[in-house]
Amino acid sequence: MSEIENRNPDPLTKNVVFMSAIDDVINATRANSVWPLTFGLACCAIEMMATGAAKYDLDRFGSGPFRGTPRQSDLMIVAGTVTHKMAPRVKRLYDQMPEPKYVIAMGGCVIRGGPYVKHGYHVVKGVDLLIPVDVYIPGCPPRPEALLEGIFKVQKLMKREKILDRTRRTTKPEVYQPV
Amino acid sequence: MARLEIGQIIAVIKEKLPGAVVEEVLDGVDPFVVVKTEQWGETALLCRDDSRLGFDLLSCISGVDYPEREEGPEIEVIYHLDSMVNHHGLTIKVKLPRGDPRVASVEEIWRTADWHERETYDLVGVVFEGHHNLVRILCAEDWVGHPLRKDYEPPDSFHGIKNVIY
Repeated sequence: MSEIENRNPDPLTKNVVFMSAIDDVINATRANSVWPLTFGLACCAIEMMATGAAKYDLDRFGSGPFRGTPRQSDLMIVAGTVTHKMAPRVKRLYDQMPEPKYVIAMGGCVIRGGPYVKHGYHVVKGVDLLIPVDVYIPGCPPRPEALLEGIFKVQKLMKREKILDRTRRTTKPEVYQPV
Repeated sequence: MARLEIGQIIAVIKEKLPGAVVEEVLDGVDPFVVVKTEQWGETALLCRDDSRLGFDLLSCISGVDYPEREEGPEIEVIYHLDSMVNHHGLTIKVKLPRGDPRVASVEEIWRTADWHERETYDLVGVVFEGHHNLVRILCAEDWVGHPLRKDYEPPDSFHGIKNVIY
């Protein structure tokens, strides 16, 4: 059994061993590199872009890389009005994301139809009719600070993840299935 | 060519196509003429090709539903024409029966009309005869009904998604 060479020159910490639960380590890495899906549907996407740009700088929290494919993302920010025509695509993109995956419903339209709630024949009255939602951010559109706060909430949720519990986040069967 | 006033534009149309203009409303912000439905195709061609008119741009096509007209339920299709050469414009309306609204397509005359006519078909249900691809453009392909008709009722659900009305 070979010994690992200890190159730490600091005498105070030379022989300190760091111990932690594997969940905490994995969750810390996961929560500090949230990769959102590039998924703008309407005007909320402008605020989402502003959040990613220099002034609000989402990169500070590890969430900068907006991915162009659902297969590399673990957060879907549904930013904008979800129409009935778009609904099957939203559902398909969500299904293509690897577990564990999180959803932010950004803005009034995504939460309950927003201004289209009464006469919007073409608008899905809340994206939670299609996919499970973790964090709701009200606003029309929400300011970038609000989106940052929502991402912090998602990071808190990620830190509660258990690697042995893989059943928690599957889509409920009663939620919409596309034809 | 020179810019023409609205009266002169109508005079040119009447000179070339007598009987095409059935109504003129010249007061108001947007003066318009109503053209006979059967003659709309040749009127459109005249509007584009006559050098005095020179309407080389179709700005917009709108459809309006009037279910409670005195003359009977009607659907109006409104064409906004502009001339980049002569710097004048014209608004033309075509009145169609609401039960079977059919009008000649002007897609071959102005390419803009392609998507505008599809939109008018999608939302108001006007059939543009001669259009090469008259399918819905905004609503989903299998949507039922024409949403901007006054008597339109939204469906209770679409593909299993409940359309909750609060």
